[in-house]
Amino acid sequence: MRWIKKDMLGMEARLRELRYSFHVIRRNRLTYASLIFILGLVVVAIIGPFIAPYPEDALGAVHPERAFMPPSSEHFFGTDEAGRDIFSRVLFGTRISLWIGVLVIILTLSIGVPLGVIAGYLGGMLDESIMRVTDMFLSFPPLLLALVISAVLGPSLTNSMIAIAIAWWPWYTRLARGQVISLRERPFIEAARATGVRSLKIMFRHILPNSLTPIIVQASLDFGSVILTAASLSFLGLGAQPPTPEWGLMLSIGRYYFLDHWHYATFPGLAIFVTVLAFNLMSDGLREALSPRLRRF
Amino acid sequence: MVKTLKLRYYVLRRLLLSVLVLLGVCVITFVIARVVPANPAAMWVGTHPTAEQIARARKELGLDQPLHIQFFIYMSKLLNGDLGVSIRTHDKVLNDIASFLPASLELIGTGMLIALMVGIPLGVMSAVKKDSIIDHFSRLFSIGGVSFFVPWLGMMGQLVISKWLGLLPIGDRIDMSVSVFHPIQTMTRFYLIDSLITGNFVAFQSVACHMILPALVMAAYPIGLVTRMTRSSMADILEEDYIRTARAYGLREITIAYRYALKNAIGPTITVLALSFAYSLVETFLIETVFNWPGLGRYAALSITSLDYPAIMGIAMVVAVVYVALNLFVDLVQAYLDPRIRLK
Repeated sequence: MRWIKKDMLGMEARLRELRYSFHVIRRNRLTYASLIFILGLVVVAIIGPFIAPYPEDALGAVHPERAFMPPSSEHFFGTDEAGRDIFSRVLFGTRISLWIGVLVIILTLSIGVPLGVIAGYLGGMLDESIMRVTDMFLSFPPLLLALVISAVLGPSLTNSMIAIAIAWWPWYTRLARGQVISLRERPFIEAARATGVRSLKIMFRHILPNSLTPIIVQASLDFGSVILTAASLSFLGLGAQPPTPEWGLMLSIGRYYFLDHWHYATFPGLAIFVTVLAFNLMSDGLREALSPRLRRF
Repeated sequence: MVKTLKLRYYVLRRLLLSVLVLLGVCVITFVIARVVPANPAAMWVGTHPTAEQIARARKELGLDQPLHIQFFIYMSKLLNGDLGVSIRTHDKVLNDIASFLPASLELIGTGMLIALMVGIPLGVMSAVKKDSIIDHFSRLFSIGGVSFFVPWLGMMGQLVISKWLGLLPIGDRIDMSVSVFHPIQTMTRFYLIDSLITGNFVAFQSVACHMILPALVMAAYPIGLVTRMTRSSMADILEEDYIRTARAYGLREITIAYRYALKNAIGPTITVLALSFAYSLVETFLIETVFNWPGLGRYAALSITSLDYPAIMGIAMVVAVVYVALNLFVDLVQAYLDPRIRLK
């Protein structure tokens, strides 16, 4: 019984904190608007395939008779060189881009965070070796490393996601390690250690949940960059392959036609811009809401 | 005496650390080029290699030897400046890079200059007038700047400014006719500088016009960085006692901001800008492709599309070395300027 009560008390405090953060977010209108926009994007990503006017075009159907049609009530964003409806393709692209973002972040976190927790908690030689390996990775700009790895693995969407995750994990290892070191000597961890709780349990049951906030903020900050990086890889021919309706790839092909058909490149690029902008605005506000130092009272 | 000793000790330690980091860079590129691929020799010679070519490459790269010997061969080639031969251009990768790099450096340099000229005033203004309209605008502006997909920004610039308004050229580094009738004498290989010092004003004008659009696109990302960094460090400095004293003396706010506060706030901005240089070098892969700019970026993009592995690995190596060198440079300059860092 006492267990439950204690947990509920903790829960209440957490809920209060969450409510307060939400209140701070709501006060900042730009952040709030971007949050709503992102929710809208998620909805589009889920129902997009059902509301797209020409779903077969997103999968690569070819209609040469209606190539390069300008935007109209039938084709909101016009059509491309194979007569495919760009609006439908951009809608499908939302799902792909958000999916890339989510998968890459999950992959990155699941490599980076455990390593950081282990390095920070156990210390010693293990810590040294893990951190020296992260240093090696950090001496490359992430986009460059992702490009090179993706080139070696071979051009495909899956390989590009793996490449981005490999280029990105060291940042999370560093972050998690720093958090763990600041928590390691706290009384509640010492108490757990004194009562004979195993190291593994201390690391992942007691320390990890308490160090998640900055990691989540960083992940939300990185979401936009991940989408941009994936688009860059596709633009250079290393990510998604035709006829996938990926935004970066659409721009890469649109590059040859856009001067004569303005609508070709405009809309996929606009989709990338507003998506990344929304994520960047939201995470900027989120950081302010979650870190007490930056809160404006 | 103690001060110089400490500085010397710091420089030595920092140099040694950089050597270690460079060794790490070599390990990673080695693993990516030789260990990850199933058949590295086949990759090294092109898309449709003959059995004989593969056998020759295996011998040349030492792939029939154990891994540590392979690494030794790899390192000795690197230290001799041998990055292999490009599959696409059939020239030595190092020669290719050396001939394409200046065009990219000129583009990045101009972009960075624009970023400083726009970002610093914007950052200062939003720090001085915190939470004002200017501040909100500059926040949106800087977050917007880092949210663009740069190739798209370039393409929109080409569409609106070059195609529709006809103000600037669409791409290339100089007009074909100008380069034929008023050829630039290359000295530094930076066309703007070369054409200026040789008094070739026709060429200078053409080069400058071609530079504006790509340089603006190049600047989009660093402008955001510079603005945010300047704003946050200025905001801290403006709270200091000596600023309050200056205010008490009745100095104008603009004098305080630019003459007294900015001097102490500019450090982090320069650091961020210097560190973003290597990122910009990677961004040229995208921007130079869009603007058909004959620099390292377009060379890299073409190498990537044709899976020219020796060239790709060579470029990665060079960019990583630039990145490490810039980090070192920034740290040393900061240690020289700010004693607190070297005493840590």
